[in-house]
Amino acid sequence: MTRILWAGAAAAIAASSAAVWAQQKSSAEGIAEYRAMLADGNPAELFEAKGEALWKTRRGPKNASLEACDLGKGPGVVKGAFVELPRYFADTGRVQDLESRLLTCSETLQGISAAETAATPFGRGEQANMDALVAYISAASGGMKFNLPQGNAEERKMFELGKRAFFYRAGSHGFACASCHGDAGKRIRLQDLPDLTRNPGNGIGFAAWPAYRVSSGELWGMQRRLNDCYRQQRFPYPGYGSDVTIALAVYMGVNAKGAESVAPSIKR
Amino acid sequence: MADPMRIRAQAAGDKATVRVLMAHEMETGQRKDAAGKTIPAWYIQQVHAKLNGKDVLSAQWGPAVAKNPFLQFMIKGAKAGDKVSVSWVDNRGDTRSDEAVVT
Repeated sequence: MTRILWAGAAAAIAASSAAVWAQQKSSAEGIAEYRAMLADGNPAELFEAKGEALWKTRRGPKNASLEACDLGKGPGVVKGAFVELPRYFADTGRVQDLESRLLTCSETLQGISAAETAATPFGRGEQANMDALVAYISAASGGMKFNLPQGNAEERKMFELGKRAFFYRAGSHGFACASCHGDAGKRIRLQDLPDLTRNPGNGIGFAAWPAYRVSSGELWGMQRRLNDCYRQQRFPYPGYGSDVTIALAVYMGVNAKGAESVAPSIKR
Repeated sequence: MADPMRIRAQAAGDKATVRVLMAHEMETGQRKDAAGKTIPAWYIQQVHAKLNGKDVLSAQWGPAVAKNPFLQFMIKGAKAGDKVSVSWVDNRGDTRSDEAVVT
């Protein structure tokens, strides 16, 4: 009788550990399923609609719209612009990402101070408009493949700078971007971490931003995403649209060449 | 004026699936801001859906519904070309109504 009981208990333990294992295995799948469910009603669409209206609305001291803004493919061309940013712009003599280019456009066309917008906390005032604009502009390149230009010496310089910044260890914990994003198959809690030193695949890593974050109900562009990376590394916050953030975007963007953009996507 | 909703309605067989995305803060009244002051509650209380002007759904919502709510439901007997309208009223008395055609 005792023997039978023991056998039964052993079987029960085996069954429960198998169940735990199955549960762990399915948690990543569970998240994928959860995302697929949310993607059907991605609130990023609400930001896109707002951004499209903002693009066409006359605003600012100069009462002008952003429709004459050159995002790299000629004035007013939105489709396909996002997957080729950051790139070099001759008029500013700088390599610019989407957000910093929008700062330039809203200053020159609309008369809205770029410095003031950059200093505004995320999600407020002009920064909230920025979230909507990046949603709209990135959505116009949905499904297209990343193809950042590297023809200009400034663009190649930014790639090298970005590479250095990516591997640069600092802060109280000796972190670098590469600590978490330098190898494939890593994860933090239940989130899979993409390897950003190479192309992690369609719609992963660089190709997944801007994104709507369910946990905070906000839309984050790459600038805000990088700001949060810096916070998690216990680094001082980088300036909005600063060279280091653009350099990192060039590095990740060039590495993601050929990856399909799913922006604006949805994140937990 | 509140931001517009996104409404999609697709007919399949003898029914149509309606997907609605609403833009709303849905503040619970439980949160505090950076200064420690309670952020006042602000959420959708009533939702109504109509098919060609006839009521098909009414719901009472509370603060437990998430920000930018997503609502999906099916209407029996709806076919392509029918009009679906959705409206909500929040606890401030603010309201929004949008319409879509079943495809």
